[in-house]
Amino acid sequence: MRIALFVTCLADGLFPEVGKATVTLLERLGHEVVFPGKQTCCGQMHINTGYQRDALPLVRHHAEVFAPYDVNVAPSGSCVGSVRHQHATVARRYGDERLAGQAEAVAAKTFELSELLVDVLGVEDVGAYFPHRVTYHPTCHSLRMLHVDDKPLRLLHNVRGLDLVELADADQCCGFGGTFAVKNADTSTAMLADKMRNVLDTRAEVATAGDSSCLMHIGGGLSRLRTGTRTLHLAEILVSTEGSVA
Amino acid sequence: MSTFLGLPVHAPRGVGALRGDESFPAAARTALRDTQLRRNLAHATATIRAKRASVVGELDDWEELRLAGEAIKTSTMASLDELLEQLERAVSARGGTVHWARDANEANNIVTRLVQATGEREVVKVKSMATQEIGLNEALEAAGIAAYETDLAELIVQLGHDKPSHILVPAIHRNRSEIREIFLREMAGVDPELTDDPRRLAMAARTYLRRKFLSAKVGISGANFAVAETGTLVVLESEGNGRMCLTLPETLITVMGIEKLVPTWTDLEVFLQLLPRSSTGERMNPYTSAWTGAYDADGPRDFHLVLLDNGRTAVLADEVGRQVLNCIKCSACLNVCPVYERTGGHAYGSVYPGPIGAVLSPQLTGIEDNASLPYASTLCGACFDVCPVRIDIPSILVQLRAQHVEEQKATHRRPTAEAVAMAAASWTMSTPRRFAAAEKASRGLRLLGGSKGRISTLPPPLSGWSSSRDAPVPPKETFREWWARTRGGGS
Repeated sequence: MRIALFVTCLADGLFPEVGKATVTLLERLGHEVVFPGKQTCCGQMHINTGYQRDALPLVRHHAEVFAPYDVNVAPSGSCVGSVRHQHATVARRYGDERLAGQAEAVAAKTFELSELLVDVLGVEDVGAYFPHRVTYHPTCHSLRMLHVDDKPLRLLHNVRGLDLVELADADQCCGFGGTFAVKNADTSTAMLADKMRNVLDTRAEVATAGDSSCLMHIGGGLSRLRTGTRTLHLAEILVSTEGSVA
Repeated sequence: MSTFLGLPVHAPRGVGALRGDESFPAAARTALRDTQLRRNLAHATATIRAKRASVVGELDDWEELRLAGEAIKTSTMASLDELLEQLERAVSARGGTVHWARDANEANNIVTRLVQATGEREVVKVKSMATQEIGLNEALEAAGIAAYETDLAELIVQLGHDKPSHILVPAIHRNRSEIREIFLREMAGVDPELTDDPRRLAMAARTYLRRKFLSAKVGISGANFAVAETGTLVVLESEGNGRMCLTLPETLITVMGIEKLVPTWTDLEVFLQLLPRSSTGERMNPYTSAWTGAYDADGPRDFHLVLLDNGRTAVLADEVGRQVLNCIKCSACLNVCPVYERTGGHAYGSVYPGPIGAVLSPQLTGIEDNASLPYASTLCGACFDVCPVRIDIPSILVQLRAQHVEEQKATHRRPTAEAVAMAAASWTMSTPRRFAAAEKASRGLRLLGGSKGRISTLPPPLSGWSSSRDAPVPPKETFREWWARTRGGGS
């Protein structure tokens, strides 16, 4: 299958390994990956901070860039959530029904990575090997906007060598929330403290999730306290094989 | 010819409890330092969450019930004007009197005059959000009338000279040893040997309240529902203290928001299942009181219904925001909210805290009076999942943020620093060339990380991030550069 990668601005600029892992994984499974080079950002930060007017050109740009492809994938639940649940709403707010229709058409063929693997490609065992103790945080938008359910866990269960430990209060938000982490830094930190406590209680070496943004938050806290637990994106674990473990 | 009735107005300033003194982040900072509060809230919310999940899980048709609740409320709001007049006719036909209050001041004046007309100086109260919202107790006190709260938790709040911090359990921020201290200090005639045993505390309140029930001639209540076809008012409660106030006094005054209507008795069936399971986590609440008009033979001989607008018509005018009027005040969204669980209700300033408060209060007061509340959420969506009438709180929060930004733009001569940054980011990210250039420029941040592999100090406003979290160091090569190097350019 020919799959267009919507790498997300965060992975592009700060976490390129996540993009590389997604490409390598899909190619290993026998698919062709293309990277539409004109892509930028889905505008989620603008929309969620109240700047819908400023998000409008980003929504338009995203719809134009990804319209030509049959299947689009992003290694992020929240960016796919924005494309699927916010883009058309933003277009309609400014009376652009045509753009709303385009955005809906793109949304219908845009998938988060675990959705693409399990629902579209029908794969639950990607042939990965990762000999570490791992806990999984189901990010809010994956869980409650996209309803990915246990798809990421099914993928992780099939990774050889991986010791998967259940995370207590897993469905509670880590406290990131985009600009919430800055506007309400104290409350955000209080939420992060509880998330970190639950992660550390698992004695896992790696905390994983399907969103680089939440991982940047959890990982930023774990790093600050020198906890000895690191964060890795789900794609980075799934791409690992004997001889190339992330 | 048409008559211009004027624009719907927001809840007035200077009265009631819809506005706080501080912004949410400032009030939250104080609350987060209160270790006792944090512990009380974590324990209480976890307990109610588990109870709710268990009783909701028993029903195979929970999602259908939610859809039915949403549909009934949505259609009610669409014909609210006609249904309210139908309610007025039904209540009047059965011997009650209906009063229309445009706002908190009008409602307080109506109730005060009605109490004064009885010649009484004391009233007993059923737990009611509407009367908290309008500051009725304070208005009555100013007129020399003492109002006694009879719901156990409201009594704790009142005796403690405190404010409610939860819709259903207003004293959720207090534990039993704190309640014992409040009773010992404030409750007239209390046993000085009182312990913090919940049963002993309840018995102390019972003894204290029984005297009030038996002497009071005027009762004041809110309402969970009003049935338009019959003019029946309905209150759901756990303790039976509400039933005492609704049946013993000679005069009963009910203050009710205009959104509390359901068209028919049949519609109640849905809500009598949704509400107790969502709020207290019970299959059924112990007491459901329903009354219609007034009778000489039994119960109050005089019944007044005060219909309260106080900004609700303005909310009804907003296509996205009007969903909040479907709220049945169950507080399930408070109990699952990770923000509420840590800050408690007082940080929200308004008597309506938590996720529903963050979308209701700014709409009732006008957004500029509660501008920080729509941002008091990570948009995690837990509230939407549990809402018994499927109010899409995250989407309303996002819309209110947009309204706030647009109002700021309209009223400020200079754009805020945030608006400038957002506009610049939009300009940069709307073309790939500018975006790639910005990515290259951000590599300058590598200097902040140095050889440590992490950035631990960022300048304001990002210092809010780095106060407790490291930031990643931008990589030497972005993804698109890697793609261009290894795959030969974009497609």
